[in-house]
Parts: sequence; C-alpha cells; structure tokens
Amino acid sequence: MTRYIRRAAALSLFLLAALFVNAVRIQVLQADGLNGSPANRRAAIARYDEPRGTIVVGGRPVTGSKDTGEQLRYERTYPDGPLYAPVTGYSSQTYGTTLLEHAEDGVLSGTDPRLAPLPFWNEFTRSERPGGKVLTTIRPSVQQAAYRGLDGRRGAVAAIEPSTGRILALVSSPSYDPGLLSGNSPEVTAAWRRLNGAETRPMLNRAIRQTYPPGSTFKIVTAAAALEARVVTDADAPTDTPDPFVIPGTRTTLPNPVPGCRNASLVYAIKWSCNTVLANLGAKVGLKGMLETAGRFGFNDASLRIPSGVAVSNFDRRMSVDQLALSSIGQFDTTATPLQMAMVAAAVANGGELAHPYLVDRTTTRDGDTVRETPRRSYRRAMFPATALELRRMMVEAAEKGTGTRALIDGVTVGGKTGTAQHGVGNAGTPYAWFIAWAQLPEAPRPAVAVAVVVEDPEAAGGEISGGGDAAPIARAVMVEALKAAKP
Amino acid sequence: MTATAAESLPPERPPTARRRGVELSLLVCAVLISVYGYADVGLARSGAVPPDALAYGAGLGLLALLAHLAVRLRAPYADPLLLPIAVLLNGVGLVLIYRLDLETPADRAAPAQLIWSTLGVALFIAVVVLLRDHRVLQRYGYLSVVTALALMIVPILFPAVNGARIWIRIGGLSFQPGEFAKILLAVFFAAYLAANRHALAHTGRRIGPLQLPAGRVLGPVVAIWLISVVVLVLERDLGTSLLFFGLFVVMLYVATGRTGWIVVGLLLAGVGAFAVGTLEPHVHSRVESWIDPYASITAGDGPSQLAQSLFAFASGGVLGTGLGAGHSILIGFAAKSDFILATAGEELGLAGLTALFLLYTLLVARGYRAGLDLRDPFGGLLSVGLAAIVAVQVFVIAGGVTGLIPLTGMAMPFLAQGGSSVVTNWIIVALLIRLSDSAREPHPEPVEAGVIAPAAPPAARTVRTDTGPAEPAVPTEAAARTDPPGPAAEGTR
Repeated sequence: MTRYIRRAAALSLFLLAALFVNAVRIQVLQADGLNGSPANRRAAIARYDEPRGTIVVGGRPVTGSKDTGEQLRYERTYPDGPLYAPVTGYSSQTYGTTLLEHAEDGVLSGTDPRLAPLPFWNEFTRSERPGGKVLTTIRPSVQQAAYRGLDGRRGAVAAIEPSTGRILALVSSPSYDPGLLSGNSPEVTAAWRRLNGAETRPMLNRAIRQTYPPGSTFKIVTAAAALEARVVTDADAPTDTPDPFVIPGTRTTLPNPVPGCRNASLVYAIKWSCNTVLANLGAKVGLKGMLETAGRFGFNDASLRIPSGVAVSNFDRRMSVDQLALSSIGQFDTTATPLQMAMVAAAVANGGELAHPYLVDRTTTRDGDTVRETPRRSYRRAMFPATALELRRMMVEAAEKGTGTRALIDGVTVGGKTGTAQHGVGNAGTPYAWFIAWAQLPEAPRPAVAVAVVVEDPEAAGGEISGGGDAAPIARAVMVEALKAAKP
Repeated sequence: MTATAAESLPPERPPTARRRGVELSLLVCAVLISVYGYADVGLARSGAVPPDALAYGAGLGLLALLAHLAVRLRAPYADPLLLPIAVLLNGVGLVLIYRLDLETPADRAAPAQLIWSTLGVALFIAVVVLLRDHRVLQRYGYLSVVTALALMIVPILFPAVNGARIWIRIGGLSFQPGEFAKILLAVFFAAYLAANRHALAHTGRRIGPLQLPAGRVLGPVVAIWLISVVVLVLERDLGTSLLFFGLFVVMLYVATGRTGWIVVGLLLAGVGAFAVGTLEPHVHSRVESWIDPYASITAGDGPSQLAQSLFAFASGGVLGTGLGAGHSILIGFAAKSDFILATAGEELGLAGLTALFLLYTLLVARGYRAGLDLRDPFGGLLSVGLAAIVAVQVFVIAGGVTGLIPLTGMAMPFLAQGGSSVVTNWIIVALLIRLSDSAREPHPEPVEAGVIAPAAPPAARTVRTDTGPAEPAVPTEAAARTDPPGPAAEGTR
C-alpha cells in the first residue's frame, strides 16, 4: 500500500502545484492586462480614494472635495463654480475631466510620478501620493470684473499680461456650475443632459474653444502686414483707396461705417475702422504676406495649449483676391478665439514680441513643494518693434478719439480697436460686438494688460451696434482691475 | 498487511519524539500572525488597532491552548504541524472575514464564524479525548454510510439557496450536512476497502487489461458512491460530488493498487462532467463562464463574478495591496465564502497565496505521512481519505476561483465563511491528529515473551535514539520491527 499512498500523495502535490502555477499566471503574467481592463473598477476607486488636489486662484482654492463615503469616495466641489468653470473645467466621476482638471490631472489625482520624492521607491511600496495643487495665473478681481461685465450675456473675455503671457482672466458666459457634474448619481446625468441640451450652450468655453469672425479687430493684423510688407511706409500718408471701393474681381462695393475713408491714411482707417482701406491694403499685401503675418500672431496654429488645447483661429490658406480682401477685414472665413484676439492686442502692447500665453503658474505637491514651474516663453515675434510702435499709436488714437472712447481710463494710456462682425446667412444674425485693447500706467515701462471681449448678443439693435458700445465698457472694467493689481 | 516486508515496513522509521514543545511554539506563532493580521486590518482601515484585538488574540490563543493541551495529554505523539496549521488557517480566515465585514456593515459574518470555530475546536478536543483508538471507527463503517446518506438527503426537503439544495435552515442558523457526510463517507470507504482490499485486488474475472473484481465485493461500495453522487447532483452540489468522486477513486486506487481504476474513474468523471455540463443549465453557465470569463464584459453586462475574482487576484500582484487595502468586495455576494481566496490573493498577493497553498500542502502531506506510517490498512486508508478530502477541496475551490477549472461551489477549508465547513475541518484535523499519534507512537506490544529477534544493527539504533527520548522502548521495538512479517501482522501491530 505504501507505494500507492506515495503515488496518491504525489497526485495531490501535483494538483496543489498546478494551483500555484495558475496563480503565477494570473497574478504575474496576466496582471497588467487585467488591471487595465476598463471593466475593472479598481482604477476608478483608487482615483477617487483621496481628496483631489486643488486648483488655486489668487492664493485661494477654487475647488474642494466632498467625502461621500461611497465606493468612489471623494467628489469634486466648486465653491465659485460658474465664475471659474472656463478655467477649471469639470472633474466628473461619470463624464471624466476637461480643461485644467484634464490637463493637470496627473498632479491633481496624485498619479504624476514627479509628486513623489523617490519615484522608484514609491513604485515599490505602492503608497498613494496625495494630489498636488495647481496654481493658476488668473487674478480673481480681473476674472470677476469680466464675469460681471458680461452679466450673463453670451460672450467671452480673455485677458493677458503682455510681457509674460500670464492669462489674467478667462471668462465664458453664460456659465455653469461644474459641481453639478461631480458625482455619479442620476442627478448628475440629468444635469449633464440639461446643460448639453441648453440653447445657450453654457458648457462651451467661448474664450478658448469657440471661434468668431473677428470683424474689424482683425484690421490690426492687416495693418501690421501692410507695414511689414512696406505696402504702407507712412501711416499718416493717404492711401490710394477709392470710395466706393469695388472688391477686386467682383462688382460688389464695400460699405464704410463712417465718411471720409477715401484715400484715408492708415491711422485714420484704424481710428474710424474704414473697411475699404484695409480690404484694399490686404489685397495689396497678397495672400502670402497676410498668411505669414496672421500666422505670427497665432492664426492657424493647431498646437497652441495653455495647457488646455485652444481652438484653431483660422485664416484661409487658399483664397481669391476678393476673398482675401474680405478676410483682411475679419470677414469671409476668418475666425478667431477671444484668446487669439487678446494675443493680437498683447503683441502690439509688448513691442511686437508675443509671449506664450499660459494659465498655470506652477504645480506643487500638497505641501507646497514646487513640482513644475511654467517659465516665460516667447511664442513668436509677431512684428518688428517699429511696426508695433505704429500700431500702438493707431490703437491709442482709436481709443481716445475714435470708436473706442468708452474704454478710456483716466490717467492711463489705453489703446483699443472695436469690431462688429457680421454673421449668419446673408448676415442676418445680430452682429458680434468685439473689443480688443491694452492699458498702460503712466510710469510703467509697458502695458500691464491686454484684453479681448466678444459679446454675441449686443443690446443695441440694427446698424448702430458696435464693439465700442457693448464690448468696450467690459474691457475697460477688466483693465481697471488688472491695473489696480499692477500698480507699483 | 501481508505482502512483502517493504510494504509493511516503510524504510523510514517513524520518529518517536513527541515534539509537543515545537507544536506549542508554532501555535504561538500562528496566533501572533493572526492577531497581527487583525491589527493590520484595523490600521489600514481606520488608522487604529481594533479595540478588541487583544480579546481576539486571547480567544484564539485560548482555543489553541485548549486544543494543544488535549493533544499533549491524549495524543502525545501526534504530528506537531497539524494543529498549528489548522489554527493559522482558521485565524487568517477570521481576519479575512472580519476585513470583508467592514465593507458590509449590515451583514457581519466574523462573529458567527468565531462561534463556529469555537465549536469546531470543542469537537476537535472531544474527538482527541474520546476517540482513544481510531480502529474503533472501523466497526461503524455501515452506520457511517447510513448517517451520511441521511445527512445528504435531508436538505432536499429544505428550500434551495443560490441554486443548491444543500442547506438546512433552522431559525437563524444554517448548516450544510453534506460537509459532515464527507468524513463519514471516508470512514465507510476506509472500513470497507480495508476489509475487502484483497478480494478487490486479486479476485474476479479478467476482461482485457482490466481485472474486474467480483460483483458482490465491489457492488455495495459502488452503489453507495453512486447514490451519493446522484443525490449531490440532484442537489446541485457539484463541488461535493466532485470531491466524493475524487475521494473514492483515490481510496480505491490506494487500497487495490490498480491503475485501471483510476483510468475508469477519470473516464467516468469525464463523461459525467460533460453530461452535467451540457444538460444542466446552472452548471452550463459556469462552464461557459470558465471558458471565457470576460464574455459578459464584451457583451456589456459588466464583469462576471469569476472575472471580478480574476481582477482581484491580478490586482494583488506579487506582494499584494496589503490587508484592508483591496477591493475584492466587488466580487459580490460570495466574497466571504466561495471567493474568500480572492481577498487573500488581492491583499496578500502571490506571496501570501503561496504561503496559504504551502500550508494546505503541508496539511495534506502530513495526512499522507500518517497513512504511510500506520500499519493497519484501515488507518492508512482513512488518513489517505482525509488528506485527499483536503487536497481535492483546496484544488476544486482554488482552481475554480482562479479560473483553472470551472467553478463549483465549495468552501476553502478553514478560510471560508461557513459553520459546517469549519466544524468539519476541525474534525478532520482531530482525526489526523489521532491517526498520526498512532503512526508515530512507539510500539509497546513486541515485548511478547520469546519473540526477541536478532538485534538491529547498532548504527540504526543510534539514529533512532537521537530523535527521541523514549530510550527504553526503542531497542526492543526496533528489534521487533525487523521481524519478518507473519500472518499475525494483518490488522494488528
């Protein structure tokens, strides 16, 4: 019997060894695949197991965490949700993340390996790192001024510090409370459906994700191109522009909002927004020159990130002369994000050099040790300093004596450009009101703020509406707040 | 045991050392490890040692101590590994159940498990104290089988739970009589086969390569076995029917030494498994889930229980997430019973799982060891049967939850929630203690007058005396055991 008992024992040993081999198969060989399975809830549980790191504006967190005691434990809260929604985006257990919540997710959720002082050791111990902080460049007072200025009307504001590229305000209106989307309850699904179905599209980030025809504000770009291409050598000299002006290659005449545009100088044309002069100049510069200048301001750049992706501002690469002429005054297919137009103003304000816009000052661990700091980077040289100086003078003229007087601030140098962009089939829609501007304190070496405002549904109706009436006061309020903070 | 000298006398002499001190030290370790695990769960979950950690340790320690005293007094030569392994597995099981209870505050199973464990240890002590000689059981072979069949049939009268009619529920208590039946059946098989092994092995007709034993010898045991399996299939307790199948085949093989039985057994098992797997919807779904555990995910219905179990194992990796830090509760309703191993796999990792497998392997190996050392066929067969019960149980359930074989509901010995299972396994260990005590104790009876045989070589004697304190008995015993086996050897020492 001994022999058979031994064999039976060997069989049992074989069975138990098979268990071990199978355990190795699952726990070692297949582990990665199983851990990565989308049906495996462990990743989601681990993700929400700790309070998420905070997004900080002006030293104060604008996000919080709520312990729900559920399996996905911590939910995001947004104390000032609608105001900062275009900055933070949402972090939803059901719908994922957007904007900064998305771009800085690694730091906020604690998975970024740079949060650990000893990454390898951490990998070994599998200890969870607490989420880090994201410190934004947004200035609360500027953001609030912009948000108040829009006052629920559809539109957007982007404000930049021209010398550094720091984004001081990013507002989209009407806004929404990202906190409504935080959890995984039926209410969240309902809120999602309601927000997505809303006619006003509150979840659209109009400041960086929506493009509008820039209208006359684009004339700054055309003017820069004309000066750079030496099509205009003296901004005060009369240009060879007939009025009425027939768009080249068509029989259509281009109207002007004011009289006196015939052979007007570039300065006058910017000051009073002469369509004929700039359409003519754009056509004279030619497609290549216009494309190049527009590109140096940031048009057609699909890779711009702040760090959230920015929608591409468009200036067509192939156009006939008549299309080019219309594009040169911000019509036809030319579209721009509010941020893009703020960049145009910033380039003028900063002597032609365009700093890369950014929204995150630095990221830190929960304890405040810096993980990464965003350096000042040059985006592009948009134009020669001399060109910038000329444009500066024209924008000041426009603000002080032309269409943009409602943006003026006592004792401050303000340069501005209005825009009224037609849109809709046969230009049937209410025109968008634009205003781009910059402001400089008397004793300051350079302007402290550049801003772009767009209002989709201006109050005034008919031909009277203009950027000067609806958008300029908002830009003024934003610049006032920005200058307060910049005061030495 | 007739046959040859090689068969009746194993080459290794059983050690005569009592080793009770070793057992006590190991028990202390087992209790400390369990208490450490208990405290660790608390630290991981709430940052504090559970307030009743000391009480838990004291309780487990007291049970272990009482069991140890029973062994020390009534089975002094018993294998010193058996009891510590049982205590450690039971302790770890309690920790895992307590840990899973934290996820389901409304359904706490650890207190009940502790009560059942206490009952199990009490029965362990009772068996060790009251059963002075395992050979007594041989007389109750038929009583055992009648009781076993009765126990298996009774639950048919009770409502099904999760598709299986294997429970008896009275008030808040529920137990699984089939659990006890497996011991009784092992006793019956051992008694019957020990009595008839020669007839089974050497009589009957030869058909081709197979030598069929006479029907009157084989008939009753096959009938009983078939009845058990059919009853279990009707009750949808496939794990236990698989267990009985394996148990019978192994014991029959060991008793007769005929490989043919194993072949026939495997063929029958294959046919049976195929038939049940295709015809019975409950089983069919499990087979399908085994073939592709992730089918329900692809179908958009979310992960199946088996897939969740595999996720848990994978999440543990090599070192595990740490006690209390895993999410095996995602497995669902059977997380504390059938799938408890997944929690071990997730939170203790491959390292912890290997340790558990090694503990079971040692337990099984020590059972077989006792079988090898025992000189009576009944004892040998019973040891083999009990060891096989543990081995097949571990294989069937661990193989099921790790996707090695189709899942059949069964309890991981000592680890899983389940009162009857814990109690039964304590009785199994008690019987193994009794059997190993007989196997290892020095033999007093050769002091029969006039049977002084030629002395064993001095070298052999020296080796023996090294290992044990029982000096005076050794030389005579050693001498006696070199005796050529006579007819009297059968059934006695």
